[in-house]
Amino acid sequence: MTQPPGKMLRFGDVYPGVGFGLVVAAALLWTVPFLWMIVSAFRPPESGAPAMASLVPDYLPTLANFREAWASADFPRYYLNTIVICGGILSVQIVTMSLAAYAFARVKFPGRTVFFYLFLIQLMLVPIVLLVPNLTTIVQLGLYDTLPGVMAPYFATAFGTFLMRQTFRTIPIELEEAAVIDGAQWWHLIRHVYLPLSKPALLAFAIISVTAHWNEFLWPLMVINSPDYRPLTVGLAVFTRGAEGAQAWGVNAAGTFLVIAPLLVCFALFQRRFVNSFMTSGLK
Amino acid sequence: MSNVAIAQPRFVSLRSGMFSSAPRWHLRGYALLAPSLIFLGLFTYWPVAQVLWQSLHHQDRGGSSFVGMRNFTAIFHDPAFTHALANNLVYAIGTIAPSLVLALSFAVALLQSTWVNTLLRSLIFIPVLVPLVAVASLFLFIFLPGVGLLDHYLAKLGVQSINWVGDPDIALGSIIGLTIWKNAGYYMLFFLAGLQAIPSEAHEIALIEGASPWQRMRYVTLPYLNNTLAFVFVIALLNVVTQVDHIFVLTKGGPSDSTNLLLFYVYQQAVEQYDIGKAAAATVVALALLISLSSFSLRRMELSREAQS
Repeated sequence: MTQPPGKMLRFGDVYPGVGFGLVVAAALLWTVPFLWMIVSAFRPPESGAPAMASLVPDYLPTLANFREAWASADFPRYYLNTIVICGGILSVQIVTMSLAAYAFARVKFPGRTVFFYLFLIQLMLVPIVLLVPNLTTIVQLGLYDTLPGVMAPYFATAFGTFLMRQTFRTIPIELEEAAVIDGAQWWHLIRHVYLPLSKPALLAFAIISVTAHWNEFLWPLMVINSPDYRPLTVGLAVFTRGAEGAQAWGVNAAGTFLVIAPLLVCFALFQRRFVNSFMTSGLK
Repeated sequence: MSNVAIAQPRFVSLRSGMFSSAPRWHLRGYALLAPSLIFLGLFTYWPVAQVLWQSLHHQDRGGSSFVGMRNFTAIFHDPAFTHALANNLVYAIGTIAPSLVLALSFAVALLQSTWVNTLLRSLIFIPVLVPLVAVASLFLFIFLPGVGLLDHYLAKLGVQSINWVGDPDIALGSIIGLTIWKNAGYYMLFFLAGLQAIPSEAHEIALIEGASPWQRMRYVTLPYLNNTLAFVFVIALLNVVTQVDHIFVLTKGGPSDSTNLLLFYVYQQAVEQYDIGKAAAATVVALALLISLSSFSLRRMELSREAQS
């Protein structure tokens, strides 16, 4: 866009009555699956099958389904694995992307544009599409059935690099020059000048990265064989297969609730941050 | 909205020309890129070469042998693959078009940041945050024939029980419905950002000229959203190829391959059939489709940017 965003006009005037009622209805419809999950998770198991489909909580809430779910799958271990995977990926990403972003933002070297395009390729060739050759590589590296094997394909991030490069370029060069005069080396510059001034962008990236890998299913399913290394998503899929077989829908709802509750709580607490972060994933 | 600009060094003070500066300075640039390049090399560039090689070879325990295009002829003679390919096209059209229309409608209606709108946006956005596997696990019951949530409430309207994911004629439609519900909120955010960047003067002029709401949508809003549309289309295209988690939980590609998708077929060939050659050939087809369709859209984005500047 060439023009700066003008002052907000009353858009109610611009689009008079674009079926606001319809949108409200749609938004309520959007919540139905989660509403059902919550109502069913707390429903006493003895209420019987026909009551299961009801969205009305006409009962005394009980934790019986949660106890059953907690006992039938090793959720604490799945949690731990998912946290290790997300934390591991994010920490390495922060290092690799800050270094590359600094190079693209502030260092001149021949071929910089070519390398920039080389990075761009990863936005399209996402690791999951290349799961067959990537699995071969993971096996050859001896990382099959390990958590680092789940993490490794995500250690470099084109998206993160671009986001940080854009941010680094907005930081006044005078700050860097002053630090250089004081005898700072390049790693001091990144660590003590650029990164501290890029906290909002880092946080936005962290939200996107953690959500993406918290939710990832297919790649860990390929790499992990031992039940002990399953992340939440894979553990939930196995758990759901059991609950489906037993027609234990209340227990299934409780198990699903356990998996998505942390994300929903974080979202409720930091709504604006989440929404803004996901928006930046488009504003590259 | 800021776009990706190709590196234009703003900072040239202290150092004179690119080649007169010390070579050590060049080395530093490459050294800084090295950690990323190692992983990009291992998991982005090398796999592309490897998947091309694997697609032309047959692998078994004895080793591998060159088979030319035989893996490709094999997959195109495999009904499961042709089904997956056709399904993926239906899945693409069936999810992308309605998701974008819905997302744009939501964005237009919820543009003003009142507290009600912010709440409604959040409600529509929540499915985006949740793992697709978890969503599928909820929909197992929602789609359950007879006693499930959908049938329970549809019965009150007099609708007969429907086998949502068990009927080969309906299953893909149900999967499409779930995917629209999951993704519309994500695309809505981009349209919100795009709409907020439209200068209000554009709408004021159209209003003075007496344009109808539909005309303003067609001739003011949509032209301004050109880039956003192209961008969201590329993201949606990526999702159509990469999002198959719900297939694992809900249908496993069935009944009779009616919900098989390309990436699920790749998984089946690689993990269940141990046929790396066919899996690689199917990956090559998926990549070719993905790259050709998205580069078309990205080119349009670039052209419209040039037209605007």
